[in-house]
Amino acid sequence: MKSRVKLLAAPYLAWLLIFTIVPLCVVVYFAFTDADGHVTLANLGAMRDYLPTFADSLLLAAISAAICLLIGYPTAYAITRAPASRQRFLILLIMLPMCMSFLLRTLALVALLEDQGILNNILSAVGLGRVTLIRRPAAVVAGMVYNYLPYMIMPLHSVLVKLDGKLIEAAQDLGCSRLRVLLRVILPLSVPGIISGVTMVFVPAVSTFYISKKLGGTSTAMIGDIIESQFKTSYNLNAGAAMSLVLMIIVFICMGIMNRFTGDSEVDLL
Amino acid sequence: MKKIALVLLSVLMLAGIFTACGTGDYTATINVYNWGVYISDGSDGYIDVNKAFTEATGIKVNYTTFDSNETLYTKLKSGGVSYDVIVPSDYMIGALAAEGLLLELDYSNIPNYQYVDESFRGLSYDPEEKYTVPYTWGTVGLIYNTKYVTKPVDSWSLMWDEDYAGKILMFDNPRDAFAIAELLLGYDVNTTDETQLQACADKLAEQKELVQSYVMDQVFAQMENEEAWVAAYYAGDYLLMRESNEDLAFCFPKEGFNLFVDAFCIPTCSRNKALAEQYINFLTSPEISGENMSYLGYSTPLTAARQYLEEDVAASEIAYPSAETLSAGVTFDTLPTETSNFISEAFNKIKASGSGWSVWIFVVIGAVLVAAAVLLILRKKKRNKY
Repeated sequence: MKSRVKLLAAPYLAWLLIFTIVPLCVVVYFAFTDADGHVTLANLGAMRDYLPTFADSLLLAAISAAICLLIGYPTAYAITRAPASRQRFLILLIMLPMCMSFLLRTLALVALLEDQGILNNILSAVGLGRVTLIRRPAAVVAGMVYNYLPYMIMPLHSVLVKLDGKLIEAAQDLGCSRLRVLLRVILPLSVPGIISGVTMVFVPAVSTFYISKKLGGTSTAMIGDIIESQFKTSYNLNAGAAMSLVLMIIVFICMGIMNRFTGDSEVDLL
Repeated sequence: MKKIALVLLSVLMLAGIFTACGTGDYTATINVYNWGVYISDGSDGYIDVNKAFTEATGIKVNYTTFDSNETLYTKLKSGGVSYDVIVPSDYMIGALAAEGLLLELDYSNIPNYQYVDESFRGLSYDPEEKYTVPYTWGTVGLIYNTKYVTKPVDSWSLMWDEDYAGKILMFDNPRDAFAIAELLLGYDVNTTDETQLQACADKLAEQKELVQSYVMDQVFAQMENEEAWVAAYYAGDYLLMRESNEDLAFCFPKEGFNLFVDAFCIPTCSRNKALAEQYINFLTSPEISGENMSYLGYSTPLTAARQYLEEDVAASEIAYPSAETLSAGVTFDTLPTETSNFISEAFNKIKASGSGWSVWIFVVIGAVLVAAAVLLILRKKKRNKY
């Protein structure tokens, strides 16, 4: 029985091997060698110059994930409360932006926010004067929340929709206030959804490169931008690989910490 | 009935797809990899050069673009691509040739090479005339919007002017960016002295908070819609921009400026060398070059092409500056690998240098986490006691 189940996983394992394990080994190889192929730690040593950029990226990604959770949780909950027929439509609405390329959506946001953009033109037309909306960290966060929100709502919804209504009723019967039902019953039961939602927002956000380049100013370069230019213009594959490796390890550590703090409840979704 | 119609329609569509693949006659295709916004593409009633080439020869052109010499270099080095014609600039041609990434041209296939001016032959990047046919030449200067920049402009220091903080666009490639700092500080643009280069890096780092963004061809949109007011960019592109915004002006800074040549080359990854030479020959014909440059605003290295230029372009002091103006121009030599690595790493660090405040947040968060972990462990131990 068990070997049969293993056999079922074979296609995915093959996929994993070719497209994840092998590239990972290549990244590690490049990170620990120099341009001539000699083993060196210099690439990783050079990372200390980029430490502030790593920290900035982590912070912006964490803020984005938190905002996504704050917006996404009530939304996901509201969707599950809607009648089944409407749920499908609401889910469709959430998914709709994902049908469009995220580059295009980011450019649209630029057109909306820039100094000569749509919002500022409206503001100045009604006599309120122009405000700087773009090229600040908040604009980058807005861009990431905008792009990654569906990835938060979907896993939350799939967990909340399976929530046993009887448990809520039981809690109410036992005299829980609405707030206590939320805090003591619904929230703990949806932890797996929160974890996978936060993961699905945080991980792409921390390594994002296009959004920060378009919406951020020169002082909000994210590590993804730097990695991109290492590969695209500097042709320094070794430095780029070292950065990717460090970023990957940081992300793993973050995930590890998060899973530890919620380790008591079942986290199967990851 | 509706269903039948639908099925019929899909069958027809499928059939269409297959026949398109099956019977479509084979045509030769060449892959051309050129700078963005660097060929007359049929807009504004100008010639569509690639289309004209296909009509004249039957060879299809698969045309893609890059935004800096460094991008082109990375593409060629990483492999997995096949380009038949590329258009690098002088200093990059030298680097590509030195690394053996260019094929020697067969000039007998490029008879129009005879029209190339003597002064554009055998330049430092290709002294033996083996690899290149010049496509354009031009200059780098200051582009600014006269609506917002009212003081007299004559120096690169405009790029460091705090009055225009947040409205300045800087080059997003290390060589062009460093050249501006080098000129401003009075250094040679081909210097390999690392103390001088470090001084330039510091100068550029100082500029960073004033810069709106580091850009290449996004400069068009940003300057045309007045999102930015000051930019350093190529003169030819300024002429194209001015078509959309008449308030834009151009200046040759007094400290000097880069004078560059971009030339056709055939990289070693080419699969159709003869066809590539045919393409190069076509674009080097005086008539095509003249019509192409009328749109482009860059300058043609063929005197014979000038008669085909539009009058205002031919008379433009920006596209064809006087010898006196040109005397302040400096050309880029190919830098030693260590130097170009040094400036590209320094440029990355400039772009990455964050505010640094977030590091402290993580130090605090880390401390809190450690404290929480210790507390948790202590609590568990206590619990285990009972």
